[in-house]
Amino acid sequence: MKREVAIVAVGATKFGEHWSKGLKDLAWEAGVQAVEEAGISGKDVQYIVFGNMSGGMFEGQEHVGALVAEFLGLNPVPATRVEAACASGGVAFFQGYLAVASGMYDLVAVGGIEKMTDVEPSQATEILSAAMDYEWEAYFGATFPGVYALIATRYMHDYGLKPETLAEVAVKNHYHGSMNPLAHFRNRITVEDVLSSPFVAYPLRRNDCCPISDGAACVLLAPLDEARKYTDTPIIVKAVAQASDTLSLLERRDICTLDATVHAAEKAFAMAKLTRKDVDLVEVHDCFTIAEILALEDLGFCAKGEAFKLYEEGETYVGGRLPVNTDGGLKAGGHAVGATGVKQIVEIVKQLRGEAEGGRQVDGAEVGLAHNVGGSGATAVVTILSRR
Amino acid sequence: MSVSGVPRHWRSLRERYRLLGTYCENCKTSFFPPKKICPKCRRKGRTREVEFSGRGRVFSYTVIHVGSKTFEEYTPYIIGLIELQEGPRVLSQIVDCKPEDVHIGMMVEACFRKLFEQEDGGIISYGFKFRPVDDSWAEYYDRLLADRAMVEKT
Amino acid sequence: MRVGIVGYGVYVPRLRIRVEEIAKVWGHDARSYREGLGIEEKSVPSLDEDTATIAVEAARNAMRRAPEVKPSEVGALFVGSESHPYVVKPTAATVAEALGLTPSLTAADTEFACKAATTAVQACLGMVKAGYIKYGISIGADTAQGAPRDALEYTAAAGGAAYVVGAGEGVVAEVEATYSYTQDVPDFWRRDGASYPKHAGRFTGEPAYFEHVISCTRGLLEKTGTTPKDYDYVVFHQPNSKFPLKAAKELGFDEKKLQPGLLVNRLGNTYSGSSLIGLAAVLDVARPGERILLTSYGSGAGSDSFSIRVTEAIDSKRKLAPPVMYYLEKREYIDYSTYAKCRRLFKER
Repeated sequence: MKREVAIVAVGATKFGEHWSKGLKDLAWEAGVQAVEEAGISGKDVQYIVFGNMSGGMFEGQEHVGALVAEFLGLNPVPATRVEAACASGGVAFFQGYLAVASGMYDLVAVGGIEKMTDVEPSQATEILSAAMDYEWEAYFGATFPGVYALIATRYMHDYGLKPETLAEVAVKNHYHGSMNPLAHFRNRITVEDVLSSPFVAYPLRRNDCCPISDGAACVLLAPLDEARKYTDTPIIVKAVAQASDTLSLLERRDICTLDATVHAAEKAFAMAKLTRKDVDLVEVHDCFTIAEILALEDLGFCAKGEAFKLYEEGETYVGGRLPVNTDGGLKAGGHAVGATGVKQIVEIVKQLRGEAEGGRQVDGAEVGLAHNVGGSGATAVVTILSRR
Repeated sequence: MSVSGVPRHWRSLRERYRLLGTYCENCKTSFFPPKKICPKCRRKGRTREVEFSGRGRVFSYTVIHVGSKTFEEYTPYIIGLIELQEGPRVLSQIVDCKPEDVHIGMMVEACFRKLFEQEDGGIISYGFKFRPVDDSWAEYYDRLLADRAMVEKT
Repeated sequence: MRVGIVGYGVYVPRLRIRVEEIAKVWGHDARSYREGLGIEEKSVPSLDEDTATIAVEAARNAMRRAPEVKPSEVGALFVGSESHPYVVKPTAATVAEALGLTPSLTAADTEFACKAATTAVQACLGMVKAGYIKYGISIGADTAQGAPRDALEYTAAAGGAAYVVGAGEGVVAEVEATYSYTQDVPDFWRRDGASYPKHAGRFTGEPAYFEHVISCTRGLLEKTGTTPKDYDYVVFHQPNSKFPLKAAKELGFDEKKLQPGLLVNRLGNTYSGSSLIGLAAVLDVARPGERILLTSYGSGAGSDSFSIRVTEAIDSKRKLAPPVMYYLEKREYIDYSTYAKCRRLFKER
């Protein structure tokens, strides 16, 4: 019999360039925050599961599950690193949820950690391209931004999206990021700034792309009926759903739709017994501006080819009809790949608790959705959280 | 591309050199990348290797300005998602074409190019890329043969 | 039984650099190079083109002109070049794989400066005549190296030609006779590990190019009992425009017979491709029954001469692939900095 699961504590580092901190230090910082918030000892944690895309290629360090447990002084607690490229964090959350829901464990730490700035940017580009199909995409010179650029070119062709509308995604995310002390970028930008930034992969410019960040995030999961032991404001995990699709764009039914997102969203809403209208805010995977547009459509908030109209109307800002990425998203908030999926959940939790600082609190937020994508859509995880 | 060893380059070498995919005799469908089993017919399928014509249209494209380490020296270069005449889509670079000239729907044909060179005297990887189709060469014969007739008259 | 060429094809990269653009960089007098060498521009390989890619493209064109040849019937493939991408690892195996000819064939790279591929044509002719193979392919392709500032920089070009050799009805150009002439003459060389060849300046003329091209051609005329009047076209290796003209004059060939296959002014010197691209340009326009005399030259030094008679099959087959003229005209000019990038002249570390 499945148990209801709640998030009882959260922690997150600032996302950005942490020159003096390695993978273990970042894990420590986020983990300690969560443990202190829950008022427990680390030793109470029964199982650690965290997302990390590529300790191996970024730092030459694999076997990071046990390593993190060791550094936190938690051996012999079982510790597992999961990998699903940029969806590693979301998938770790799904695994942690299963561990508690199944009755296997009563207190689980779910984390996401990535240390990316120890390598040169061109090396990071190469490592990230491993999230695509190596043999039939990366091998021919496709980059990660390049694959999303292929989607963007086709989307613009099919639906008439203009670069200046696409730029609004970044402008909004920087605006939200300016209010988030943990964001990688806290500067506000204009459409002009986006359109005058150099191309990374046409039609995507530098300001259409998320940065390369270091960072970590952590949440503690417990059965709902035990949650009050740790917090007065447990946040209920209404649903978590994960789906997969082809790694490459070659055999997609429609390159402008991430079917994995569609499937995960359908499953999640059914599991949560909620509708799109019940959602007060969303954290979506905007690794590139075009990805945020696709996400709102594929999650079912808009019909295909319609989402960008929300941006023309400013409806995705805090205070709008559907606030999107109130922490600045990946674009301004930062993208420490394996940590992102968990960081999104941390933001939703803060919003539902009414603790989002800097003026970015969504009034009366009851239900929030987090959407985490791996690669160009081969993995998608959709999580729905609720205050009640 | 330094992370992968030589055998890995070699395993898909024929497919890269000749643009080989899979054809299912049962459902008369072509597939790329190559398959062990027909995704439609499953075990009922009768699959065989097929060499594609190499002709197709640009389904989407991008111009890479920031390349990964292996491809840095080639920037800016065009990447196209190509829909082959036979149906499947493949991804590769579009060469002999200026970035401002590429467009969705453009007819392209496969050509044989260098994909990259491994560092430090490692192997050279070759494979298919695409270039705009230009059948104008047929007209050159009319000109050439007319010129020949002129010369013979004088 | 006719033995000869059953299919031919060429490939020339589309990038070009003009003599003026190179001269500007070094403060040379462009006119003296243009007039002295008889060259306007030369072809340049893109960053992703090398001898292997050029050879594959040329050979695919040659196979288009030989539709009766099944890949499994090709028993030999040779790639002649002095710019093989690897010092050790055959370009020929890459080309054979790309053409789908593997695994039942013999293949090798040949090297004899600019005549590596005409020698391989002779090898194919011999194997076909002996009945060892049904068809053989010989390809001459180069991305020739010319050191910056050197006179060679004005001419060292990229391109290639491929010839499918066989027998029977499909022959478009019968090889009636061939004759070769070889001596040790150090006029041009590249030592192992060196990036660029060295040459002995004016010594490359009289004792090298002229001695071999003229003697070899005379040898062929003698062997076949023919005279220059018996030929409708003559093609020589063309390191510049002056040398072949002078050789033709000395041998008594009318300049008009040389012109259709003289392309160096617009193409540059494609080394192993040079005389064979010239021959292809002649086959693009020749009529059945016409005769062609071809003499290659490879530094070091040697020449191969061929007496070739065009057959009726030419009319239907030549239109199956692009003519040389198409490649000469389909071009894009680049400046020296792009040239330097394409030729990897920049040192990054």
